[in-house]
Amino acid sequence: MTVPLTLLGLLEREPSHGYDLKRDYDTFFGRGKPLPYGQVYSTLSRLARDGKVVVSDVEPGAGPDRKRYVITDRGATEVEHWLTEPVEPEPHLQTVLFAKVVLALMLDRPAEAYLDTQRAAHLHRMRELTEIKRSGGLVDVMLADHGLYHLEADLRWIEATGARLDALRKEVRR
Amino acid sequence: MTVTIEARDVTFAFGETPALRGASLAVAAGEIIAVMGPSGSGKSTLLHCLAGILVPDSGEVRCGDVRIDTLGEADRSALRRDRFGFVFQFGQLVPELTAAENVALPLLLGGIRRGPALRAARAWFERLGLAGLEHRRSGELSGGQAQRVALARGLVARPQVLFADEPTGALDSLTGEEVMGLLVDTAREQGTTVVLVTHEPRVAAYADREVVVRDGRINAPARVGS
Ligand SMILES: Nc1ncnc2c1ncn2[C@@H]1O[C@H](COP(=O)(O)OP(=O)(O)O)[C@@H](O)[C@H]1O
Ligand SMILES: [Mg+2]
Repeated sequence: MTVPLTLLGLLEREPSHGYDLKRDYDTFFGRGKPLPYGQVYSTLSRLARDGKVVVSDVEPGAGPDRKRYVITDRGATEVEHWLTEPVEPEPHLQTVLFAKVVLALMLDRPAEAYLDTQRAAHLHRMRELTEIKRSGGLVDVMLADHGLYHLEADLRWIEATGARLDALRKEVRR
Repeated sequence: MTVTIEARDVTFAFGETPALRGASLAVAAGEIIAVMGPSGSGKSTLLHCLAGILVPDSGEVRCGDVRIDTLGEADRSALRRDRFGFVFQFGQLVPELTAAENVALPLLLGGIRRGPALRAARAWFERLGLAGLEHRRSGELSGGQAQRVALARGLVARPQVLFADEPTGALDSLTGEEVMGLLVDTAREQGTTVVLVTHEPRVAAYADREVVVRDGRINAPARVGS
């Protein structure tokens, strides 16, 4: 999960209240999927329990928004580590597509039609991302591009697999 | 839906090599359609048949109320000049002419006098971010600039249909996207229908919908989403 690490990273800029973190998360990372307040505070209390943040001061009054959170050395080290280390290159979707194609061939179902439908779904999503890109700022462009390049990689795999279905069918059917 | 351009069951062979084997496609007025498919599947041949450059062996091609495939060469050539614009992958600018003269070419061929033709051509330079390059020759333009000049030339006569065959094929991906953004924006402003041939999904994603050509036939994809 990237939410705890993203919140930690935001705290690395400056000590903040929960509502500041939520606002910045939603602006830069949420992309139409705002972080519920409950998740902000449960994440912050877990980070506090693990010694990655501390509460610096509590303003008078009631409610969680009175607390200001500060990142600890341990938290900062974790952010540093996360940023420096590459992410596991995990082709999630491809695993699903692969399983579907192989099963379809084993079960003598129309693998080619499944691939065609998947291609259409991918292109549909790519059109949406292109539209977002064309109407948004640079942050939107970067996020949309990331999605677009991944979908494009899937599509290449779909084309290559489509071209090899006959051979693949022979190999997986007994 | 008003159909601008349509192929019905079109076949075409280069000698013994079949390139189209019963391709059907209808494009609505103002629509931007991507024609995708692997290399050699028949995309360019389909574009050439739709644009009246090639005459199909069988089947029909219509543009609005005009049946193109039964016209003689002179009439097809006039129809291309009056209704269609073109952008290709490479080498389309006339090297001896300036960029502005290249853009003005379709107007000059359409019988418009040089003064007004060049004025209309120059208006496109600002619009496509090419201001100041009017007097350059094609050898003095970057790939992206040359392709934007070619786009201006394809649209300057306000064609009904713009045919674009791999228009970004020779460009790096960011430059290609700039050109695609301009192509889509200007085509929409003018209400020009676009037939965009590309094998690149990222380019096809600029269109309203896609069709896939495989072995000379068209697979209309399953409808997805709303
Ligand atoms: N001028 C030509 N002469 C002979 N064969 C051709 C010619 N142009 C294309 N072909 C053949 O026709 C088929 C379709 O080609 P084309 O329409 O250019 O495909 P695409 O544009 O999808 O790559 C291919 O098999 C190709 O080799
Ligand atoms: Mg081609």
